[in-house]
Amino acid sequence: MQTSRDWIGTATVASLLALWAVLTMVTGTIDTLRFPSPVQFWQSLKQIATTGYADGTLLSHSLHSLKLVIMGFTVAAAVGIPLGLLMGWSRRAEALINPVFLLVRPIPPLAWIPLAILWLGLGDAAKIMVIFFAAFVPSVINTFTGVRGIEPNVIEAARMLGTGRWRLAREVLVPAAAPMIFTGLRLSLQASWTTLVAAELVGALAGLGRVLNVAQQDIYPAMVMVGMAAVGAWGWATTRVLAVVEARAMPWLAVRA
Amino acid sequence: MRSSTTRPPSTAERLLLGAIGLASFLGLWWGMSASGLVAKQFLPTPLDVLARTQYLLTEPFAGATLPEHLARSLERYAYGFLLAAGVGVPLGLLMGWFRWLDAMVTPVFDGLRFIAPIAWVPFAALWFGTGIGGPIMIIFSGAFPPCLINAYRGARFVDAKYIEAARMLGTGSLRTILEVLLPASFPAIVAGLRIGAGLGWQSLVGAELIVASAGVGYMMVQGQSNISTPTVVAGMVAIGLVGLVIDVFLRQIEAFVRHRRGLA
Repeated sequence: MQTSRDWIGTATVASLLALWAVLTMVTGTIDTLRFPSPVQFWQSLKQIATTGYADGTLLSHSLHSLKLVIMGFTVAAAVGIPLGLLMGWSRRAEALINPVFLLVRPIPPLAWIPLAILWLGLGDAAKIMVIFFAAFVPSVINTFTGVRGIEPNVIEAARMLGTGRWRLAREVLVPAAAPMIFTGLRLSLQASWTTLVAAELVGALAGLGRVLNVAQQDIYPAMVMVGMAAVGAWGWATTRVLAVVEARAMPWLAVRA
Repeated sequence: MRSSTTRPPSTAERLLLGAIGLASFLGLWWGMSASGLVAKQFLPTPLDVLARTQYLLTEPFAGATLPEHLARSLERYAYGFLLAAGVGVPLGLLMGWFRWLDAMVTPVFDGLRFIAPIAWVPFAALWFGTGIGGPIMIIFSGAFPPCLINAYRGARFVDAKYIEAARMLGTGSLRTILEVLLPASFPAIVAGLRIGAGLGWQSLVGAELIVASAGVGYMMVQGQSNISTPTVVAGMVAIGLVGLVIDVFLRQIEAFVRHRRGLA
């Protein structure tokens, strides 16, 4: 069953690619000025990879975007996870922080972009701020939910054995909430990429979003497609890295998977 | 600190703490701009934002008043979301029933899923223009995946005995989908619609920031280039409020559906 399923999938993808080639290059049903042919796509990819486009090669644009995503994501996780742990642990902290959170949360991360540009300009700082807002919320909420979902028995057993507060957090709360924390991180990572691309499309000096933006202004569909493919590839690659980290961090779950 | 488990805070204490939290947030905001620590131009006080919102309700900015901008945004949103639900839910159900369709669509879907919805903006602009077609495509790409995934999962995880019962009675594929899978996966579908609605609204805001000639996002970008921070913040508040209303409304529907099913 699995093999026939894989076979159908491969056949579908292959025939879609073939259809793309035929419609753009043989019959000309699709106007290549609006939708690039596979050859144009390949040429654009070669162009940006070797000579560069929009003031940089594919590698330099990618690394620029990747750096911003990693920075914003790391700061958001470093603030969000402890805050979620605190709110999950102490009902008083929750009562204090939650109303502010509820006030700010409905504003979509993308809506912070104009404000970030007003405050910090078109450089990297504004991007990191927006990514932070996007990645922060899922980290907090999922960590919080994870801590609240821990069985009270587990905590009571640890406390009965005289576990200190710090040790309890490190050896009971974090491991027990880890699956939810990683769910939050995965959502945060996705949100980071979405927001970064949006912020770079609004205005940037380098990065994959800038490639898309310049290509749109040049009416260069093949390069737009290359930019999109690069965004997708990096989103996929960083998600894979996070999945590996997750599996390493929680070896006890591997039995179930 | 650990006294919090032995004695949970009372309602009054919770309300007080919440009020302190909100007051210190607003106080910090106010203090920073009123004291001149941050230039008022960049951080207007909450009152400035309120006054600006009131002004925008009646006076046009960037070609329209705030309600008119909102109406334009909501119109696009409605088209895009209905399209996403209209394609995503039936396709998800069909994929849950026909294994060959599942095997065909899943690899294509997985390949496209990692492209952030917002990355479709330049393409959408090239294809459908910046009027209504482009933004609709962006909302669609944001709202479509949850609609599809939830309908698919809902259909896949229907209790096999219902399907077997239906098949034993000689029910055809179409009728099984409409009369067994659809009702059985309804709660999952509604949950997917709610998630999709939220993502669609977000994507719309993003699309309007980049390419549009009307709508709340466009108003905010104009506010940004005129260095009118109160306009930008007023736009953020409006977007947040509308998003909240949409979410609360769909949550009610979801709770109602789950209640009817005895799920909650």
